[in-house]
Amino acid sequence: MTNSPLTPGIVSARLPATALAANFADHAPILDPHEAQVAADRCYFCHDAPCITACPTGIDIPLFIRQIATGTPEAAARTIWSQNILGGICARVCPTETLCQEACVREAAEGKPVEIGRLQRYATDLAMAQGHPFQRAAATGKRVAVVGAGPAGLSCAHRLAMKGHDVVVFERRPKAGGLNEYGIASYKAVDGFAQREVDWLLSIGGIELRCGVELGRDVTLSALRADFDAVFLGIGLQGVNALRAAGEDLPGVRNAVDFIAELRQAPDLAALPIGREVVVIGGGMTAVDAAVQAKLLGAETVTIVYRRGQDRMSASKLEQDLAVTAGVRLLCHAAPVRVLGQDRVEAVEFAYTQDRPEGLSLLPETFTLKADQVFKAIGQQLAGLPEGLEAAQGKIGATPARIFAGGDCAAGGEDLTVTAVAEGRDAAEAIHAALTAA
Amino acid sequence: MADLSANFIGIKSPNPFWLASAPPTDKAYNVIRAFEAGWGGVVWKTLGAEGPPIVNVNGPRYGAIWGADRRLLGLNNIELITDRPLEVNLKEIRQVKRDWPDRALVISLMVPCDEESWKDILMRIEDTGADGVELNFGCPHGMAERGMGSAVGQVPEYIEMVTHWVKHYSKMPCIVKLTPNVTSILPPAMAAKRGGADAVSLINTIKSITNVDLDNFSPFPMIDGKGSHGGYCGPAVKPIALNMVGEIARHDETRGLPISGIGGVTTWRDAAEFMAMGCGNVQVCTAAMTYGFKVVQEMISGLSQYLDEKQMTMPQLVGRAVPNFVEWQHLNLNYVTKAHIDQEACIKCGRCYAACEDTSHQAIAMGPGRVFTVKDEECVACNLCVNVCPVDDCITMVPMAAGSIDPRTGRRVGGFADWTTHPNNPMAAKAAE
Repeated sequence: MTNSPLTPGIVSARLPATALAANFADHAPILDPHEAQVAADRCYFCHDAPCITACPTGIDIPLFIRQIATGTPEAAARTIWSQNILGGICARVCPTETLCQEACVREAAEGKPVEIGRLQRYATDLAMAQGHPFQRAAATGKRVAVVGAGPAGLSCAHRLAMKGHDVVVFERRPKAGGLNEYGIASYKAVDGFAQREVDWLLSIGGIELRCGVELGRDVTLSALRADFDAVFLGIGLQGVNALRAAGEDLPGVRNAVDFIAELRQAPDLAALPIGREVVVIGGGMTAVDAAVQAKLLGAETVTIVYRRGQDRMSASKLEQDLAVTAGVRLLCHAAPVRVLGQDRVEAVEFAYTQDRPEGLSLLPETFTLKADQVFKAIGQQLAGLPEGLEAAQGKIGATPARIFAGGDCAAGGEDLTVTAVAEGRDAAEAIHAALTAA
Repeated sequence: MADLSANFIGIKSPNPFWLASAPPTDKAYNVIRAFEAGWGGVVWKTLGAEGPPIVNVNGPRYGAIWGADRRLLGLNNIELITDRPLEVNLKEIRQVKRDWPDRALVISLMVPCDEESWKDILMRIEDTGADGVELNFGCPHGMAERGMGSAVGQVPEYIEMVTHWVKHYSKMPCIVKLTPNVTSILPPAMAAKRGGADAVSLINTIKSITNVDLDNFSPFPMIDGKGSHGGYCGPAVKPIALNMVGEIARHDETRGLPISGIGGVTTWRDAAEFMAMGCGNVQVCTAAMTYGFKVVQEMISGLSQYLDEKQMTMPQLVGRAVPNFVEWQHLNLNYVTKAHIDQEACIKCGRCYAACEDTSHQAIAMGPGRVFTVKDEECVACNLCVNVCPVDDCITMVPMAAGSIDPRTGRRVGGFADWTTHPNNPMAAKAAE
């Protein structure tokens, strides 16, 4: 290895393999049985528990924690999966600090919530190793197409299969999993967890997965509607918002989601090139995931630049802290005005901003950050509305009969894995109701 | 620093914390470590008659129940009296007492229930220099089946007879250790007093099975697939012990009989409670077995600080709660309290609501935003909400002022009136006509 964090440009192998392995190891490993017991003992088993209300999938958290505390993690996992079939990945990627754990009464009492996410992982990891717990109902003879094998689609497909329907899932990418497989930081789901969870989920049977099939290119919505009794769209947000700043097409500027996906699929992290001076533009989880991983790959400096105040960042406080701990610098109240460089990016010019009730405005003062790599993480959007559908808030709005939508592509709800799972599940229930109505 | 030095039936110790007769006091090595740590006295683990020593099982001797974070709450044991030769014990006792003259050293005894056996053992221990004897009439397992331990303690006549022998053949102070495995602790205590006991100590362990092994279907501790009952001790038994101590302390026939309190004493606070209920000192085992001998240092500093804060001497503490330990019929039925929830302290877990709504009097309302409030018109002041609340002092019982109207009954809060004069009581005392 000849490269180091100080090597100019976008190069691979800035860190030795051992350092990379350590940096990308499981960042919150599974609790051991005693840790789980201690953590579970802290749950107060609240009445009408606030954590349940805060969970988009409505998992009966006090019940599953009590099941762990009494030595039956398998029963705990079943409690979780009956509401959220992707409880394993959600235990890893959910921003619990703004959901169940924020609502935990022990957060109010002492600032230390019950470790719900880690307990959920404890139960689901143990139980997943024992096979699939659900069985299909008697076949209904109905067929449903699910477009998109992300959290929404998988959740929908599983619930439909469980109800006895036959499901075909169409996925444009080579692998199922959606953002679980392509869109989250590597250290949150190590050892191929996302694929293992997909395999485990599909093992209920009755779900046919067709990868490499894209809606609008390889198959049309009208054809699906003709061939199936119902269609569920869980196509996510494939478009990436542009900076709308001059020079954003220069080499060295790319979408953070593409970097994250490439990193997740990389067989050898040492072969993955990364800049020496990396600038990430945006304030969400994608920005943090990209910035932290850039740092972990060995970039010398990584700066997240966000146009509003830190309190407005959609990445949670915990995620922000994670970034800062990793050595990422957070710069707020600055917006890009120009990407500078001759043949490739060399710097980004930012204007200071002012965030007022009447809107965000750029101030005349500017500054320039040296950069040999820039990641854009300022949000995703629907990459074109499927034929014949209505838009709402830039997403899929009301749908005609026998077409359903859920997850990030559908209007309403936060763009979270757990919300997508809930919407997929609920859509499956609605489809089931529609298909079995007399 | 308050003076903690104690004189219990003439036995002096620098503090009132003794180690109870149990595994921690089985040999000089442990006892010396205990004295080095600061224990005021020990009751040496029970000696038996001369002859081949008893034997113990070679599998587990203890079972336990735990609270959160595996905090040991109750311990059960099937260990018997000392399994070391009598002569070895006597030699060590003699040496330890010589080396630690300021500490109390009492010898626990258990021999067959005949006069010769007791006479013989007393003669053997007389010249050890020990401060007194404690008669083990309490051990509920193993020895009881051989006619000793609790088999004696459950028959008041035997207690009286053996105590009488002991006082006849020995000048040493005599403590009778009582078993809780009886329907009433009073007849055994009275028998000890009649026999001439200088004091009673209680409680010994409670017959128990801590758990059943659900793979092998055997009580635990399990010895080769079988289990027998053991003796239960530790924090879980403290309420039972406090009641029995109090019953002896307040009863006309036993009032004034010195009591050495035993049963789940874990902290200085437990010790102070036993003393307030009438104990001249306390004996400890499970806390030492759980945390080591060093726990005595917290007991010493805590009791001392408490006495200083109350500006009280230790003798003034002993028995101070006894006059307030009354029978139910003497409780003031006109004393009315209502639960009050401190909204600032409330963390909105709703356990009070679940407890009251499901299992009590439907006296707590759950409002928007998880605001929990007490419905005074329903609240009977049962205290369950206080007990299930995870926050200290969040829910309190607030007494209603005399003269105010209880919204539940519509009646005015009056002065003292108990069941003995209540109109619903067919036995109520009536004023002379």
